[in-house]
Parts: sequence; structure tokens; C-alpha cells
Amino acid sequence: MSDSARESRFRKPSIPPNVLPFSLVAVVLCAATVLICWSVLQFLRFTLEKNKIGSGLFDAIMVLVGLIPLALFVPAIRGVREAMQAQSALRSNDLITARVKTASAQSSSWFALGYGVFAVLTAVAVWFLITNDVAVGSTFFKMSLIVDKFGLVLKAFTTNVVIFCIAEVLILVWALVVAIARMIPGRAGQPIRLLATLYTDAFRGLPSIITIYLVGFGLPLTGLTDGLSSFLQAKFGIDDLTTLWAIIALTLTYGAYVAEVYRAGIESIHPSQFAAARSLGLSFTQTMRFVIVPQAIRRIIPPLLNDFIGLQKDTALVNVIGTIDAFNQSKMLASNYFNLSTVTIVAFLFVIITIPQARFVDRMLENDAKKTRGAR
Amino acid sequence: MSFLEINDVHKRYGNVEVLRGINLNVEEHQVVCLIGPSGCGKSTLLRCINGLEDITLGEIRINDDRVSGPGVDVNRLRRDVGIVFQSFNLFPHMNVMDNLTLAPRQVLKMSKLESEQRALELLKRVRMDHKALAYPDQLSGGQQQRIAIARALAMEPMVMLLDEITSALDPELVSEVLNIVRELAQEGMTMLLATHEMGFAKEVSSKVCFLYNGVVHEEGAPAQIFSDPQNERTQQFLKSIIEAGRL
Ligand SMILES: Nc1ncnc2c1ncn2[C@@H]1O[C@H](COP(=O)(O)OP(=O)(O)OP(=O)(O)O)[C@@H](O)[C@H]1O
Ligand SMILES: [Mg+2]
Repeated sequence: MSDSARESRFRKPSIPPNVLPFSLVAVVLCAATVLICWSVLQFLRFTLEKNKIGSGLFDAIMVLVGLIPLALFVPAIRGVREAMQAQSALRSNDLITARVKTASAQSSSWFALGYGVFAVLTAVAVWFLITNDVAVGSTFFKMSLIVDKFGLVLKAFTTNVVIFCIAEVLILVWALVVAIARMIPGRAGQPIRLLATLYTDAFRGLPSIITIYLVGFGLPLTGLTDGLSSFLQAKFGIDDLTTLWAIIALTLTYGAYVAEVYRAGIESIHPSQFAAARSLGLSFTQTMRFVIVPQAIRRIIPPLLNDFIGLQKDTALVNVIGTIDAFNQSKMLASNYFNLSTVTIVAFLFVIITIPQARFVDRMLENDAKKTRGAR
Repeated sequence: MSFLEINDVHKRYGNVEVLRGINLNVEEHQVVCLIGPSGCGKSTLLRCINGLEDITLGEIRINDDRVSGPGVDVNRLRRDVGIVFQSFNLFPHMNVMDNLTLAPRQVLKMSKLESEQRALELLKRVRMDHKALAYPDQLSGGQQQRIAIARALAMEPMVMLLDEITSALDPELVSEVLNIVRELAQEGMTMLLATHEMGFAKEVSSKVCFLYNGVVHEEGAPAQIFSDPQNERTQQFLKSIIEAGRL
């Protein structure tokens, strides 16, 4: 059977499928998309008029916006044309052209459909904002309030920035200490390893909001820190120590995470590197410092930045101990004005600072992947 | 009393006894080759001598000083005993010069200038002085091994342990590394080397040891071991080597 099967497979070349029906369906769906977009625009115009902000300028903009979804027809119709060309090529037995045209017809139609979905989702989002007499829009995006209070919230946001910047520096050092403590060799190192393990287990398990609460309210209550507070007050005139407690609590929590990141990075270095360094007479500490850690750093940075992004977001939790950070400030404003637009500002600020870091991590992972692929 | 004495050394990993009573003496300026089938314990023995592994039983003495067991200054021991491994020797994040000067500067507290001058001399000796600023990944395997030898020599060891330093290399790169070892032997460096290069072992060594299953089954002058082995295991091993066309 094998002989005849192999022969027949080679004798009959595969014929590309007919994608004309599919491309026609794509055109119809694009038309539906355009109608949906237009009706939402109509609804928007109606809502604006009801609130007496309609004007000739708005109408002109809306007509222009209404033209955008029509662009969907360009790839959709190209898909139909290519599908027809494929069919006629097939009739004149030009198999190669038929395949090429079929492939690009499919791609054009999918492209049109993809952006169609995008347009529909955008239209739905707009509808959601303006429905019920702009209820959602005015609750979350009241422009006058946003413009008015942006400066105030931004100023409070510097508290978040201060907290995570200082905490990140402390974490980098503290986590390395913990990570190395977990890997100290020998019998004498056992109690240190045990201690470090207990610490990481405890603080990775504790929710950061609870750590912040316990440190922020607990430490001052014990009276152990009275000396510190009066010293800071006398020397620097600082009497609100909540920021300090927040930094300590977040360092403790994220130090445990980052220690694990360090450890994974260090353990990913081939053990022969350790042997090679030790065999030259370098001590454990020297081996770590000159050979292992420098190599581990490159692999550590992407997961480290992920943890830092988590830390930055968690600075919003410090409001539980009364620190006036951006979230706390915006909450106060929100209850004053009975409107959540100020919280939207905070959300916006957090996203804005995170995006460049996330892209940086992506880029770095990409570069690393390229490098390992390039290696022998 | 020999320069390096290995007396009844046992090494156990969990339930597996890898070395089962090794006895071996190396005199000063001798080159001793360890041969034997894969897994017989050659690498383990070399790692024990260097203090990278603790031995379970027995003792190792260098220059009449006990260097095994508790209380030994392993950092000091490793200064006197250089070792080169099969692969992964060099530090990939440092260039050749830094690879060579790291230990002299950190361990011997040598100045930057002095350590670099000496490194350059050593690089000339292994004919790699034109690559002082290259990174390990930019070098061929043979070049990397030559650098690794130079790096071990930078600590001015009293004895060098070489663990199959050519077995990860392409055939045409083997000779450039063996030439360096040959020169070291002629200069009188004491060496203990594990190797699968039988021709080289025959040529360069003062003594050949056949290791099988964690025990030295036969030792003697290369001419005797290779042409007239007494032990049955040695005969079998050499027969298979000859059949594989490697002697
Ligand atoms: N860390 C370890 N744990 C358990 N067993 C080990 C360990 N290291 C080595 N062994 C075992 O010890 C035995 C000897 O290993 P060794 O590396 O010394 O052999 P070798 O003679 O160098 O072999 P090759 O010629 O292949 O390099 C092997 O059977 C190996 O499986
Ligand atoms: Mg080996």
C-alpha cells in the first residue's frame, strides 16, 4: 500500500480552498460594524444635544469619526477581489497564482475582521460611557474635576514615588543579604540558612496590607520607636513617620520575594563556575562577589522589575495606616465631591509609570532570547 | 615520603562508593596519568585532592602536610594545587586578562600592574597574548582551554591537576592544548592528569595508573602498562581502546 499511497500523494497536488464565501461574509460583517459605529455616534450626538453642548464643530468631528470605520472596506473588498482572482486562476490551471491569491485573500479578510472587532469594542465602550445620560462618563471621567484636582493628586503621588524608590534601593541590598544567607554552605551556616528560610516563608505568606498595618500601627504602639521619632522630630522636623513605616513594611514584604528571585538567578549559574572560582583559591564571598552575582544579575533583572512593578502598585495600600499617598488623597476628594474622577487620576498615574517598565522588561527578555539563540 | 601521597582514600556519594581505597604517590616533577573507563572515579579523585569534595576515609598529603579532613585551610590548599576542568572553566563575563588576574589580585593581593604583567607572560607562554582583551565566548574551545591552563598557572601552583582537558575539543584543537601540557612537563611541573588520549599519556607520563571501579588496579611505567599489562582489567580496557582505534 505504501508505494501507491506515496505515488498518489505526489501525483495530486493540493488545490487551494475556495475562500470567496468567507471573504463575502467578511464584507457583510464589516458593513454591520459600520452600522453599529454609526448608531453609537448618533446616540452620542443625541446625548450631547440633550446636555446642550452640541455645536457645528462637534457635528463636523463626528462626521469625520463616522468615516473611519469605512476604511474596513478597503481590506475586505481586496479580499473578495483576490478570492475571485484565485478562482479564475484555478480555472485556467495556474495553481501557483491560485495559492498565492487564496493566501492573501484570507489574510486580507481576517485583517478586516480583526479591526472590525476592535471598532465594535470601541463603540461599545463609548456607549457604556454615555448611556444613562452619561452616568458612567461623569462618575469616572468628569473632566472639570480631573483638570482641577490633577495637581493635588500628582503631588500626593510623589509620596508613592518616594516610598517605592527608597524601598527599591533597600530591597536590592536586603534581598541579596537574605539570598546569600539562604545559600551559606556548611554546618556552621545552618542556623543562618534556617533563619533566612523562616523569614522568606513568613513574609511571602503575609499579605502586604497586613504587614503594613502591623508595622505602621504596631511599632509606634510598642513605644520602642519613641526615641527615633523624637530624634527625627528634633533634628529634621519630621513628625509624620507613617511614610517611614510604609517603607519598612514594603521592604520586608518584597525583600522576601526578591530574595527568591536572586536565589533562582544565582542557582541558574552553572555549578562549574563555582568550582572553577573556588579551585583558584577564592573564598565563598569572593566567588559570589566576582563570579556568580555579576553573571546572575542579567538573568535577574526581568523578574526583578516585575516584582518592582508589584511593589509600586502596593504603595497604594499604605493608606491603611493614614499615609497621605495619591490614593488616600483621591479618596478624600472623591468623598468630598461624590465623584470618582479623582481616583481615575491615580489609576492613570499608576498605569503611566508601569508601561515603560513593562516594555523595558519585554525588550530585555527579547534581547536575552536572541543572545541564547545566537550562541553555539 | 612522596610529594603527593594518596593513602587509602574512600569517597561515598550517599550509598554509592565511588572511590574504594585509592593508593597513589606522585613525586616532584613527575607527570602521572590516570586512565580508566568512564565513571571509574578519575574526576572524583582529582576533585578530592583539590578539596572541592570531602573524602569519606583515608588521607591526602602534600609535601608531608595533611590536606584532607577537617581543619584544612582549603583556600591555601587550592593556591598550591591548580586544577583545569573538562569545560566551563572560564568566567564568561570577564575578558581573558580579568580571568587571569582575578585570583592573583584577590587571593594573593597582588597589585593590578604586577598581576597584569605576569598574566601577559603566561599568555605568551600559551601563545594567547593577542587575545588578552577577548571574551571567552569569542574564543575557540582549544583557546579557552589554553587560557584556563594559564589562569591556573597564575597562582604558581606546586602541582597541576588536569581533568580530561581535551575531551570536549574538536580533534584538530587537541594538539594545541597538549603541546602546552607537554611544555609544562618539560619544564618540570608536577602534574596529575586524567585523560583518554592514550598516545599522549604514553609519550608524556612518568607513570600511568589504571583506575577501575574506584580502585587503582595497576600502575607502572607507560611502556610497561601499554605494551605488557599484567592486570586482566587493564588488558581488557586497552584492548577496547585499541579496537576503537585510539591507541
Ligand atoms: N555528585 C555526585 N553524586 C553522586 N554520584 C556521583 C557524583 N559525582 C560523581 N558521581 C558518580 O561517581 C562515579 C565516578 O564519577 P567520575 O566523574 O569521577 O568518573 P570519571 O572517571 O571522571 O568518568 P569520565 O571519564 O566519564 O569523566 C560515576 O559513577 C558518577 O555517577
Ligand atoms: Mg571525568
